[in-house]
This record gives sequence, structure tokens and C-alpha cells, in this order.
Amino acid sequence: MISAGGEPQVTVERKVRPMPDRYRNALGKYSIGRSADCVGCGDCAKLCPEGVHVKPDGYTFSLRPRDHLCIGPECAKTDHYCVAKCTKKALSMARNPTVDAMGDPRWTSDLILSTWHMAETGHAPKAGLEHRTGESGGGFDRIGFNFPEKPAKVDPAKIDTGLDLNRRGDGRPQVHIDLPVYGGGMSFGSVSIHTILAKARTAAAWNIFTCTGEGGYHDRLKPYDDHVITQVATGLFGVREDTIQRVRIVEFKYAQGAKPGLGGHLLGDKNTPAVARMREAVAGNALFSPFPFHSVYSVEDHKKHLDWIKEVNPRTLVSVKVSTPTDVDMVAVGSYYAGAHIIHLDGSYGGTGAAPDIAKKNIAMPLEYAIAKVHKFLVAEGIRDSVTLIVSGGARTAWDVMKAIALGADGVVIGTAEMVALGCVRCACCESGRGCPRGIASTDPELMMLMSLDWATQRLINLMSAWREQMVEILVKLGIPSTRELRGRSDVLYYAKEAQ
Amino acid sequence: MPDKYHIKAAATPGRFRRVGKFGSVDWREDCSRCTNCVKPRCIYDTYKKEAAYNRDPSTAVVPLYECRGCLSCVQGCTKGLLAIALNPEYLCMGDEYWKPDIMATTWNQADSGRIPVSGAGYRGRFHGPGFDGIWTDMSEIVRPTRDGIHGREYISTSVDIGHKPMRLSFTPDGKMVGEPSALIDLPIPLILDVPPWTIGGQALSKARLAAAKALKTLTVAPAAEVVGVPADQLAHLVPLVGSEGLGAAASILRQVRMVEFVDWSKALDLVAQAKAVNPGLICALRLPMQAYAADRILAASKAGVKVFHLCADLHGQEIGAEKPRHIKDAMREIHSRLVKEGMRDEVTLIVSGGIALAEHMAKAIICGADLVAVDTTLLVALGCRVCRGATGKTHEDHCAAEAGDLDTAYAAQRMVNLMAAWHSQLIEVLGAMGIREVRRLRGEVGRAIFMEDIEREAFGDLASK
Repeated sequence: MISAGGEPQVTVERKVRPMPDRYRNALGKYSIGRSADCVGCGDCAKLCPEGVHVKPDGYTFSLRPRDHLCIGPECAKTDHYCVAKCTKKALSMARNPTVDAMGDPRWTSDLILSTWHMAETGHAPKAGLEHRTGESGGGFDRIGFNFPEKPAKVDPAKIDTGLDLNRRGDGRPQVHIDLPVYGGGMSFGSVSIHTILAKARTAAAWNIFTCTGEGGYHDRLKPYDDHVITQVATGLFGVREDTIQRVRIVEFKYAQGAKPGLGGHLLGDKNTPAVARMREAVAGNALFSPFPFHSVYSVEDHKKHLDWIKEVNPRTLVSVKVSTPTDVDMVAVGSYYAGAHIIHLDGSYGGTGAAPDIAKKNIAMPLEYAIAKVHKFLVAEGIRDSVTLIVSGGARTAWDVMKAIALGADGVVIGTAEMVALGCVRCACCESGRGCPRGIASTDPELMMLMSLDWATQRLINLMSAWREQMVEILVKLGIPSTRELRGRSDVLYYAKEAQ
Repeated sequence: MPDKYHIKAAATPGRFRRVGKFGSVDWREDCSRCTNCVKPRCIYDTYKKEAAYNRDPSTAVVPLYECRGCLSCVQGCTKGLLAIALNPEYLCMGDEYWKPDIMATTWNQADSGRIPVSGAGYRGRFHGPGFDGIWTDMSEIVRPTRDGIHGREYISTSVDIGHKPMRLSFTPDGKMVGEPSALIDLPIPLILDVPPWTIGGQALSKARLAAAKALKTLTVAPAAEVVGVPADQLAHLVPLVGSEGLGAAASILRQVRMVEFVDWSKALDLVAQAKAVNPGLICALRLPMQAYAADRILAASKAGVKVFHLCADLHGQEIGAEKPRHIKDAMREIHSRLVKEGMRDEVTLIVSGGIALAEHMAKAIICGADLVAVDTTLLVALGCRVCRGATGKTHEDHCAAEAGDLDTAYAAQRMVNLMAAWHSQLIEVLGAMGIREVRRLRGEVGRAIFMEDIEREAFGDLASK
């Protein structure tokens, strides 16, 4: 297949393969201790169905327990609880103190570890980890599904999670994606080329999209043109006619949820020669993206922007990424009348490579509120079925995605979940110096090599597979045959009372 | 255009023992001393600094707070001997309002004067009581925004304290009726208040005064502490006058620009006495934030007092109420009452208590204050951990701030740094909202999102459980 940019397109296999943690010691919620009383009988290895204990042939003793696979105290209810079954009482289990030092109320250690589990195995954890919600005490963490006792029968194999992105009927091509999820914009500079390419390869495997962010269009992305969104942001870094013409969707980034109303800022340390070359800037200098587009101060200006892109590429769809001010509903309607195919709301609790803490916490409304507000307003205006509403900035799990859809979104863009799948622990150190100490959000030549492209790609493919499984599970429980039909079904949701 | 207001920050590392969030646990007895040790590979050099510290205790390193919790060493150690744990001392700091993260960010800002910036998204709870139930607005597409922080546009953070008559009146022969309005123009919407307890004795008052001068703002000080204040600093001093009368403050009334009176019952008499000495003096009434505050403000305003300083408790709550309200709710009520009475623009409202972060300053103004007064956070900048004992005072015997020999210049610079960071953050908020001056932020509840309202609007139709 040849892209509109004339580039042969690469096919990536959509297949789950085990892809263990890239660090020597995978972290688990529980630690399994094996004392010197162990005689190496190997019974534990035969007993444990989770693969915690491994005793290879010819070994005298078992290997160090792979305790990240342990399901914890729940195992005591089963007949294969190694601690109880060990004849020498050599095994013990305790909560790993390190997991208390990772995570936060939004991304609990359970959510991080369960995302790692999904990225490793392609399936949700069976027990021991809360993989659906965090502990932030609001938004998605208080919204739940009211599953009917007797749902309509739905064949899981026939459940449709696809989404058509062009609803305007304006003669431009239809763009179909197989999941109601795609990857958010992350620029080269804020993340490594391996991260960017892994996202693009995953998009190709799952027939979804990834987005360039505003760091320009890297040559190595060209084999994935059909699954890349070119972002046009206020800095216009790397935006050229060529990068607009080679893709099926172009995204205008008016604002970013984590720093709404503020511009972007790539600190000088991360502006390496390679980054500077792509951005056509001077290496080592901090790079600012102003806010807003200084050419847009009205819906009419906004329409001129969209018309410009449509003129440059007559086959592309146009997405408009905005943040969530009080009048986000009016902004959405304005964008629709300006000609947007996709309105992309980015909630205030979304991810970023660097943002002032005051902005991340305080400016603009969290995504959950904005979805409901905008969906209701678009329905009232009679234009809901003429535009695709994509949301981002706070969806951490497959359950969050489905809640967002039930609140009124058509699909969800994710970012942090992908980073976590690649090994992010949310230490929040992406922004300065050499960048991410785990090599995900860094262009440092040494740090970026901490992660290989093949490893990263497979982790993301596995994550998407695990998420789709959970989407299907939710739809089966609800008796709804497709994610399209879940959209706006807030009647299947409940809002839990605030815990005292 | 007036000169752009600029606060000169200077790196001033804290001289107190910093408490870090993470601690590492190292089971060294099992270490095989392999050649693949993760410690030299820490990109923050935490272990190298620790080793240097062990070799030379005079090395200025506090290893505990250097760890960023990236867990690379924990996951990379050949034998899995390393663990990272939350530092229990960190978790014990402060209380349910003055949380450890507030201490840590305040210390960092006081070190450098820089805005706290980090990667990844927001990491806290979805919402919370008080100010944590407000989000500020931003401009999108159809409204202009202001690029203040990078200096491309000027955003004014100036406010006025004093009587602002709604109109001027003249006699038939053209002379103005009454005295011309006396206003104090502050370039930043905050003053420095008396902290609820003291550290470092007189040095703290001197540091506040020096910081107020550097910031071109004011500091409140008990009347007993005003004796001996250098003449060049008096313009930044606000003597606090109690029921005992003008006392020591009487001698400097001509030099100071503002006085605060505490005793409600004697306030009007004392104001008259003070005005007799210095007619241009701004006289403010200091009131506890209580349910009747709005009534008292209306009454006093009609009697001629036009500046009010409302003091909430350490947690921003009303004082003495059975079900105390937070500043956010109390200020909205007071502001609305004044608006309804047609008097809001005539008076100045200062609010203090529980103003712990820059965002609190912006949100208090949105709720109706003209400016805020900061108190406890000044102590935190100097290392205070708000570890008040049962007596309501800090543990004087082992104060973590080690402020017994507080250096005035050091303390003042840390206060200035903190306020510089707050000022920059205020500009971030104003810029995002597209507001060019902080005066226009006052009472702008339409440019904020209140949790109660948005929950009703967005989730009102969801089933409850």
C-alpha cells in the first residue's frame, strides 16, 4: 500500500506476544520471600499457575520468585497457595513497600502495575490489582456501570468496536478505525524516536492513529503515514505542505489540557541537535509555542484556518483539539460550524512533558464534566450526529474509555496509559535535564537506548488487545453490541456518592 | 506605561534540614559487589552524592530529598536489593490542610523564586474541600489570551487599598467636596501578615519588613514591634493596633501609610484619633472571618471605614462557627452582599488565613477579595513544618526551621523568592484567562468553575448510588 505521500506503507502484525518488563526486577504489589530453609523440591513451581515460581530443568534451586505475577492474599483462598503448601515453611508473602512509593491518587500503583501486566501479557490481571479505577475520589473514579441482571444476549465475537470519523458527509473520504481509541500527540523532543515509532507501529497494527505532536514529522514516520495525524500547533514547528498532504487527518492544536491557555515549552536541555534540526531551530535554546494562535480570535478566523488545511489537502479530515473552558460547549459548536470533522476535547488532568503545576491542577475543567456538557449541547443543537467527538486528558483505563463513551464521546485519545505501558512510573521528571530517567520521554542518546523499538511496539499492541477484551466484556455485560451504540447512554452509568 | 513590576529573585538554599519524600532501603549484606552496579548510573547522581557525603560530612548534601522516585535502581539492581519507600517523616509533616506536598513546593519556590514545573499530568485528588473545589477558566479560540509570562504582553497585578468613592462631588464654585481619595497602590495583590506563631523572634519581623520593601508591598506588625523600625521602611509597615489604643504606633502615624485596628468596639474612635494625626492614613479594620462579618463590614463602611482585613483560621475556615465555612464560601457571600448594597467598589477586602499556595491567592480574589495577606506560608518558606503541638504553638525546643538564629537577609530573600514564584503563577492564571489586570479578576465567578455547579450540570442526570 502506498500513502498519499507516495511512501510504501509497512504492515505490523496485530498479535499478542508476551513481553516482560525490560528491567531486571519487575515490580509487583507483593514480594515473595524464600528463606534458606528451601530444599529446592520444586513443588512451588509445579503448584503456581501464575508462574511466580520457576525451577528450570537441571537447577538445584528455583529461580528468584517472579513476584510481580503473584496475585497476593487472594491466593490463600485457593488450593495452590504456595506459602501454605510449602512443606519447609520457606516461603513468605508481604506487600512490597516500593509500590507505596509509586503512583498517586489518579494513577494508583495498582493502575500502573496492572497496565504493566496488560502490556506484558495482553490481558487484564485476573486478581490482586484494581485495574479499572483509581482513587482520585471524583470523575471516572466515582462513575460506574449499572450492569443489568439479565442483559440482552450479545455474541462477544461479533461485538463491533470500530468508529467512522467523518460524519459531515462533505465528500471527503471516510476514515474508519478499529478501536474507539487512538494515540495522542507527543512531539519528537518531548519523547524519544522509539516511543514515537512504537506508537505509530501500534497504530498500524490496530488500524488506529497516532499523532506527531508539534515537533515535526520525522522521516521514520513515513512508512506509517496512513496512521499518523499531523499536528499543527501554534509554534508551527516542522509544519510544511508535504506533512499536511501525506496524512489522512490533520489536527489543529489550539490548547493542551495540562496547560490550557498557556503555550508549550521545550526546555533547552531537551532541544538536542536532532530535535532542533526537525524543528528548524537552534539546538540548546528553549523553544516556546505561543498561546493562542495569534491569527485566531474568532470562529471566522478559526474557519479560515480549517479552510487553509482543507485547501492544501483536499482529502484530509480536520480535527480541532481544544481544552475545556467554562464555555467549552460553545467552542465545540463554533468548531463544528467552522468545518471541523473531529472535535477533540483535552481535559485538564491530561498528561504533558512539562507544565506549571498550577496549570495542571487548577486551570480549566476536568474531562468528565466537559464530555457530558458538550454532548448534551451538541444534541440540543441538532448537530451531534454530524461531528465526531473525541476526548482525552484523563482516560487511564479501558473502563475510563467506556465511561467516556457512555457520557457522550465517540472515542478517546490516550497518552499517559501508553507511557505507563512502556515503563513510566509517573515520577514527573520528564521535563528537564536529560529527560525521562527511564528513557521514554527523552532524546538523550544514552537514555533512549534503554528501550528497544520492538519491545515498545509489542507492549503497546498488547495493551490495546487487553483494552479491547475489557471493552467487549463491558458491552456483553450491558447487552450492547457496539461501542457506537454505547455513545451517550448515560442511563447505564451511576455516580457514586462521595466517600466521607 | 509604568515600569514593569519585577521581583528580583536570588538563589537562596534553605539552611534547614530538608525532608525528602523518598528514602532508599539498601540490603547491603547481600550485595555481591558486581560490576553492574546501578548506583553510579543514577542520572540524578543521588548515590554519588551520598557517597561523597559519607566520605566528607561537611559536604553540603542532604541525600534524602535528592531521590526522585524513578525506581530505575530498584528495578535494575542485579540482586534486587534496593527498595524505595515513602519517608515517614515526610508524611508526618503538617496536617490535613498544610500537606507535605505544600511544604515541599514552598521550599522549592523559596529556594529559587521559580514556578514549579513538572512532567506528567496532575497527580492529586480529583477535587477537594475549599479552594480544591474551584477550577479557573481559560480562553479558547473566541477570546483573546494574554502572553504575560514570557514578557510579550503586560499583565498588571496592581491593586489599590483605600476608599474609592463612586463619584466626585463639587460645590457650585468648583471645589471638590470632601478630601481627595487616598489610595495605596500595591504592585502585587498581597501583603505580608503576622504569622500565627513566631520563629526567630524579632528577626522574623525584620525579615518580613525587608521582604515587604523589596516586594513594594506592606507588612503588618504588632504595635509593640514597630519601635526602632528604620525610617526608610516605615512606608511598608502596617502597625496593628489593639484595644490598648495607639500606644507605640502613635509616634509613627505620620510616616506609615496604613494602620489596622483589631478592636471592633473601639475601632471608630481609634480611627478618628489616627486620622487626626494623619488625615491621609488608610485605616483598616481587622475582623475575624465569622458569619456576621458581612453585617459588620456594611455597618463600618457606612460609618466611614473602607478597608477590611478578614482573618480566617489556619485552614481558611471561619473562626468559632459550629459549621465553619471556607474562605471560598464566606468571601462569596460578603462580596455579594456588598454588590447588592452598591458598596463593593468603595471598599477594599483583604483576606488571610489558609492562603498556602499561589492558586489560593487567585481563587480568593475570584471569590471576592481584592487582595490576600499571607502568614503561615512565610514560616514554611523558612523551614517550618506546621508541626503545632497541643498547645497550639510550634515545638520550640526542636523547631525544624532552626530559626533561633534567623538571619534577616536570608529569611527576607526566601520570602521574596516565594512571592516572586507566586506572582509568576498569578500571571499564568490571568494569562490563561485572557485577563489583563488582577483588579478585573475580583469576584469574577463567571470565569471559574465551581465543583458544586458543574457536578449538577454534568452529572445531575446520572443515577446515584
